[in-house]
Amino acid sequence: MKKFLPVLSTVAAAALVLTACGGDTSGNGLSIEVPELPMMETVGEPEGQLNIVNWSGFVEPAWTDKFTEETGCVVNPRVAGTSDEMVTLMRTGQYDLVSASGDASLRLIVGGDVSPLNLDLIRNFSDDIVPGMKGQIYDTINGQAYGVPIGRGANILQYDEEVTGTAPDSWSVVWEADSPYAGKVTAYDAPIYIADAAVYLMSTKPELGITNPYALDETQLAAAVDLLKQQNSIIGEYWSDPAAQIGSFVGGNTVVGTSWEILRKLTGEEKFKSTLPKEGSTGWYDAWMLSSTAANPNCAYLWMDYTSSAEVNGQIATTFGMAPANGAWCDTSEEAKAHCEQYHATDEVYFDQIWPWTTPIEQCVDGRTDVKCTNFQDWTDAWLTIKG
Amino acid sequence: MTSVLQVPEPPTQAKAQVVAARTPRQNRRGLLWLLTPPAAWLLVLYIGSLFFLLITAFWFINPFTSKVVPGFTLENFVSILTVPAYLTTAIRSLLIALAVTFIAIVLAVPLAIYMAKIASPPMRAFLALSITLPLWAGYLVKLIAMRVVFTENGFLNWLLAPFGISGPGFNTSTVIITLTYLWFPFMALPVYTAVRQIPNNYFDASADLGANSWRTIRTVVLPLIKPAIIAGSVFTFSLSLGDYLVARFVGGSTQMIGSIIASNINLNPPVAAAFSFVPIAFVLVYLWVVRKMGALERL
Repeated sequence: MKKFLPVLSTVAAAALVLTACGGDTSGNGLSIEVPELPMMETVGEPEGQLNIVNWSGFVEPAWTDKFTEETGCVVNPRVAGTSDEMVTLMRTGQYDLVSASGDASLRLIVGGDVSPLNLDLIRNFSDDIVPGMKGQIYDTINGQAYGVPIGRGANILQYDEEVTGTAPDSWSVVWEADSPYAGKVTAYDAPIYIADAAVYLMSTKPELGITNPYALDETQLAAAVDLLKQQNSIIGEYWSDPAAQIGSFVGGNTVVGTSWEILRKLTGEEKFKSTLPKEGSTGWYDAWMLSSTAANPNCAYLWMDYTSSAEVNGQIATTFGMAPANGAWCDTSEEAKAHCEQYHATDEVYFDQIWPWTTPIEQCVDGRTDVKCTNFQDWTDAWLTIKG
Repeated sequence: MTSVLQVPEPPTQAKAQVVAARTPRQNRRGLLWLLTPPAAWLLVLYIGSLFFLLITAFWFINPFTSKVVPGFTLENFVSILTVPAYLTTAIRSLLIALAVTFIAIVLAVPLAIYMAKIASPPMRAFLALSITLPLWAGYLVKLIAMRVVFTENGFLNWLLAPFGISGPGFNTSTVIITLTYLWFPFMALPVYTAVRQIPNNYFDASADLGANSWRTIRTVVLPLIKPAIIAGSVFTFSLSLGDYLVARFVGGSTQMIGSIIASNINLNPPVAAAFSFVPIAFVLVYLWVVRKMGALERL
């Protein structure tokens, strides 16, 4: 893969042909039909502006000021709260870049909202990028990159140790109706959370034959929905706003539930612990993606290069609280090392247990061809019926 | 007791007539200029945007890219009736809005009678201030305050702990309490104004004829303040019906119509648009019922 990427990008035209033919060269074993869009060949004069849709903490003056100084591109961030909001915002055509998570990226790629990227123009995209964030299905289609990785994090099980006593080793405490913490369980309020149900079903109901939580046929989706409906009866609160989730744990309304390492840290209380249960989990892998209607593509390329450097990527990772994409940063200081250790930045054994958020599409991403899989719209419709 | 000599006329109609009478024909153009901005505001920004929102209800969504595609389908409306989660949420929201309105009436009427007819002037001023004070604080501030009060380790449970009981936590009843708290001034103020306008000698007359206080309230006060109660209930009912942040912050896993619209607005805009017809329909039915009762003429 490392060798392949430069080769691919030097022959951009050939890559486009590959894309059009649906040639399978990515190593993730899938070919997906995507709109044919041009790719930048060279980075020209900076336009002086850059409009970014981003997660809170990804675009901060601490590193945008220097970028503006170096390139003359003034950065205008627009913080979005959910992946769905990001997709909606990107479709207005008013933004150049987005920090897309995997549950948004395939929608954007297949919808023709984001352009293929010429990684040759991003010098900082090098061997330093951790292997687990290169050429993954959520940002690389048919061997063509559409995203520049920023960072990743796992959806962990957070618990209040004062109540649970010991660490739960299974997700069963948030799924089973007889959970000892019924009524004090929290769950993530988005359709992509269906994948968490699927991950649990992979170990508890192997007869369903789920091999990838993002490739669910109708029967498998129905089983996941049943599990989520069962969970609904023991839910205290759903969360989508991180601050509300922290408040819910600290206020005592929630005892166990899905969380992020950074949210656990932000509770500021030692009694809140986190664990990666034996069933494994899902996780979010974020990448910069370039709008296909970007008014400022040159500034966008400069930004993607700038933020991929060890130093800036590390700044973003510490501010947001995630594992950085650029592994070289981990060796820059003691603090960096500690951060990387806490967030398992270069620990691929840890991240092997994590299923990166991927937009479900009709074509089964587990490689099955004998059935049609449920797409994100099916997941959306299903999700909205769970909470009734 | 001094008696109030005159009940003030309802002001709106009278004023409108005065303005019309004073406008000379030559000033038609001036009037046009005067009315164009508000009319444009109403048509373009208000009705126009509402129209585009509602028309989306008949459109499709591309299942692959989740993009909205113009067209014509009634499927989004069918889903409201056929998806059990949607239907129960619509009914739940209706019941919540009715409960909020009912509680607001039950609390507002005795309070208004006490304030207007019994309380001393300083007490009256204090109560009026207490009712209106929350209106000066931001909606979100009040909501977060309620969340802090009802949270598990919060104020209410601390207060109730010595008695060995605990508060409701975050659920539907908390939603009703919070909505009542938020919209109570909209009921209390018109009812209070209406009670104040009842001449004191009505009470004397009622007492002279042998009616006790309950009977006086039932047969004299309530019929006179009915228009004010209805006016207040239009506020409490429609504001509760359209709210979604309350359910989100203090509702636990409670869903309301607004929650469904909010979560669909990015995921499936046509369903969100179709769902926004539901509260409109409820409010129209409500207003129709109220009109049938003849209450609107006296507003």
